[in-house]
Amino acid sequence: MWDLCTNALDTAKLRGATYGDVRGMHIRQRDLTTKNGQVGTLAQTESIGIGIRVLANGAWGFASTDRLTREGVAACAAQAVSIAKASALAKRGEVVMAPEESYIDSWQSPFRKDPFEIPLERQLALLLAADEEMRRVKGITLTETDMQFRKIDSWFASSSGSRIHQRKVISGCGIAATSFQGDEIQKRSYPNSFGGQYALQGYELIESLNLLKNAPIVAEEAAALHSASQCPEKIGTLILGGSQLGLQIHESVGHPIELDRVLGQEANFAGTSFLTLDQLNNLKYGSSIVNVVADARLDHGQGLGTFAYDDEGVPAQCTDIIKDGKFRGYLSNRETAHLIGLKRSSGTMRTESWNRLPIIRMTNVSLLPGTWDYDDLIADTSDGILMETNRSWSIDDRRYQFQFSTEIGWEIRGGKKVRMLKNPSYSGITTEFWNSCDAICKFDHWTLWGTPNCGKGQPMQTMGTGHGASPSRFRNVRIGTAFSNQ
Amino acid sequence: MKFAPKTRKASSKSAAKGAELLEERELRQMIATALHLAKSTGAEETEIHVDEVADTLTRFANNGIHQNVAEHGVTVSIRTVLDGRTARATTNRLDQDSLRAAIEASLSLAHSQPKDPLLLPMPGKQRYRRVNRFIKQTAALTAEDRARAVRRACDLAVKKGQVAAGIFASGQSQSAIGNSRGLFATYRETHAEFSITMQEEPAASWAKANSADVHAFDPQKLAERASEKAHLAVNARELAPGRFTVILEPAAVLDLVGFLFYDFAATALRDKRSCLNDRMGKQLFGNNITITDDAYHPLQQGASFDGEGLPRERVTLVDAGIPKNLVYSRGSAKAAGKKPTGHGFALPNEYGEAPMNLVFGGGDSSLERMIASTDRGLLVTRLWYIREVDPYEKVMTGMTRDGLFLVENGRVTGAARNFRFNQSLIEMLKNVELLGPAVRATGEEAFEMVVPAMKVHEFHFSEATKF
Repeated sequence: MWDLCTNALDTAKLRGATYGDVRGMHIRQRDLTTKNGQVGTLAQTESIGIGIRVLANGAWGFASTDRLTREGVAACAAQAVSIAKASALAKRGEVVMAPEESYIDSWQSPFRKDPFEIPLERQLALLLAADEEMRRVKGITLTETDMQFRKIDSWFASSSGSRIHQRKVISGCGIAATSFQGDEIQKRSYPNSFGGQYALQGYELIESLNLLKNAPIVAEEAAALHSASQCPEKIGTLILGGSQLGLQIHESVGHPIELDRVLGQEANFAGTSFLTLDQLNNLKYGSSIVNVVADARLDHGQGLGTFAYDDEGVPAQCTDIIKDGKFRGYLSNRETAHLIGLKRSSGTMRTESWNRLPIIRMTNVSLLPGTWDYDDLIADTSDGILMETNRSWSIDDRRYQFQFSTEIGWEIRGGKKVRMLKNPSYSGITTEFWNSCDAICKFDHWTLWGTPNCGKGQPMQTMGTGHGASPSRFRNVRIGTAFSNQ
Repeated sequence: MKFAPKTRKASSKSAAKGAELLEERELRQMIATALHLAKSTGAEETEIHVDEVADTLTRFANNGIHQNVAEHGVTVSIRTVLDGRTARATTNRLDQDSLRAAIEASLSLAHSQPKDPLLLPMPGKQRYRRVNRFIKQTAALTAEDRARAVRRACDLAVKKGQVAAGIFASGQSQSAIGNSRGLFATYRETHAEFSITMQEEPAASWAKANSADVHAFDPQKLAERASEKAHLAVNARELAPGRFTVILEPAAVLDLVGFLFYDFAATALRDKRSCLNDRMGKQLFGNNITITDDAYHPLQQGASFDGEGLPRERVTLVDAGIPKNLVYSRGSAKAAGKKPTGHGFALPNEYGEAPMNLVFGGGDSSLERMIASTDRGLLVTRLWYIREVDPYEKVMTGMTRDGLFLVENGRVTGAARNFRFNQSLIEMLKNVELLGPAVRATGEEAFEMVVPAMKVHEFHFSEATKF
């Protein structure tokens, strides 16, 4: 692959490129699902190719190919240069990038058990057993389970001399029980909805989830939701479980801090951001206990946003996003870092595959743990609602106004969980919400959640992001609006 | 033997053009070889899909091109059957050794599972109705062509004191399917898309078109429309949320009703996750609502065969507001005692099938007539970030975006700040007062369909945002 990368860079230079970088990628994926006790999807996918990004005439061009021959790669590099020259016909200014060292390195994400070496029969047997546990519960009308494994090799080479190989192993797994009764469909998922938990780990992640113990619990909750009380509509105290808070961070912190959105580069599709440049170091984003970082380093955990180098050859970093409630930083790449006068990219350029241009993406955007024990947090809440496991999410295109609903809620009275609530939802304005945070649980309750399906870019790219979160409390939140009919 | 696409020399003249797709004989040869390899490896039955994509996309923002990409790839996907079990392996490595490895992976996956008593033998040779959705002029579009069109749109923005962002994409793709029982089908199409957002702080508006034929729309006219609406959207008033009469432009209709498509899958009803459970044959929507799935409609795109190679049939899903029919794969048809309709996904999968070519019946009301007939309401350009809140009542939430306009006494009197909605689609389709002509609509939440603009009463906006 290195020879092909060098060949691509040489061709690009000959054709007139002033800078070039190449990503060769080999992606292997295994997907297993079951439904109602039967195997659903059983598939293995392999994709290998090369993507070439060049600067010519001060503008960008990108082309990709799976024809991994000298001729195929040379044609692709020539196409990239030709596209860059076409871009220059409608360029706004010369592209300039913040400086970065070149690196020669090789890195592999740590894992204890290679999921591709675990027998398929064993993986399927676990899913089918969890499926059966859920189907035992009366009232359950649909059971679903899934596992996904990915092994990604990437080779990054740049005309400034970098040669970086990375290998990542990703695992994910989840189960869900659905119950249709009367005029309601209720669902519970474990350990998270929309596919479960994902991490930069091997099969040890699956073994840590204890699916068989949790399968009957979620199934019983799904059936019980039909007879639970409707979540009330009110302004009140809200406690969010960790996985839901992870998605709240993703939508109302992670996306608005993307510097390409801030600078208008996503205005047509993903949208822009309320975090205009004048807000940096000035905006009181949250209460003084709110601390958020974007941390791609392994020290932060084995999340979907963990790597050694981004797809622009910049080493993984930890960036303060919110420090003691103040807005302190953006996610940037080399180009946008230069545009706003930063000395260096924060290292967040990521690509879904060899055939996609790297764009600014979240790494692990996490709310740092607080000081509360979970039991103490519940005991300290006289009147509130605990919401767990996302059911729907939506936020405007500048990331001000959001609405989330969750699969299950619990009414808290006098410091105790007193009853189950169905159809819980809450909504608000981003900064008002984060400023209302008055309690964050400590590290013992903190999980680095994986969001495997974040869509952005044109052509669309799906990326995995990490979000560390522990259960937290918010005051004066609008609750129940989604099911209001007024 | 190698099946790499024809080698082309790199030349500056051709380098910015799209790639040439494989010829049909090459697809046939590729499938025949893979079937032969699978047979010699021990597969009882084999199905091969070949998909090829050659796409380009020019992206602009801040009145200039900032991303400009091209991709070309071929994948081969192999489903084998062995002793009542089936599985799939996909690769984009086209040499014989890699194909053999994919076949072996597929067999290994199949072998690892219990027998599937519901697995059907693969279908044999079929007859297909031809559709022509490959336009040479679209395939021939170059990066320079796209850049020049983008430049004109950006020049307009500069002239108007606005900021343009958007895409101009074009490409070609093809798919072929063949199996060991003699089935063979191919399809190729071109596609072109122009989308533009014009920003006039603090407002913005948007226009978008999509077609097999790049000459079916005029990027500059779309730019002009977005520019005019962006200017109208400045000085938006904050209104109190509540129930409004709305005039939904086709893109707004599409992105809402697009969420209904899977509810018409027979498998969704069998799994009891469709909003049509216990509602088939009942007057669910207004009697002015008719929905068909029609892959042959002149404004539709897509192949005339499904994931198993069955020909797609035209199906009337909703007739005068009453859900009448579902779509079926071979498996769900067998389970329900019905005939398959040619809507199955590639096997194995847990979702069964879905209608992918929805066509809503239209009317004859222009947007102007809808506005003129409205005492007080809101004109909605597009919707954004739509998600399902309640799967059975089909309550959807989302935001208005890029131009929400107040209509008073039969005319547009100004712009309004964006709202969040929480609205049942079932209720909405009971409340449709007027329908425009059905057009090919394109948005961001649903795949393209043929839908009309709609005037709807009692649409529920629950909260406002800050712009």
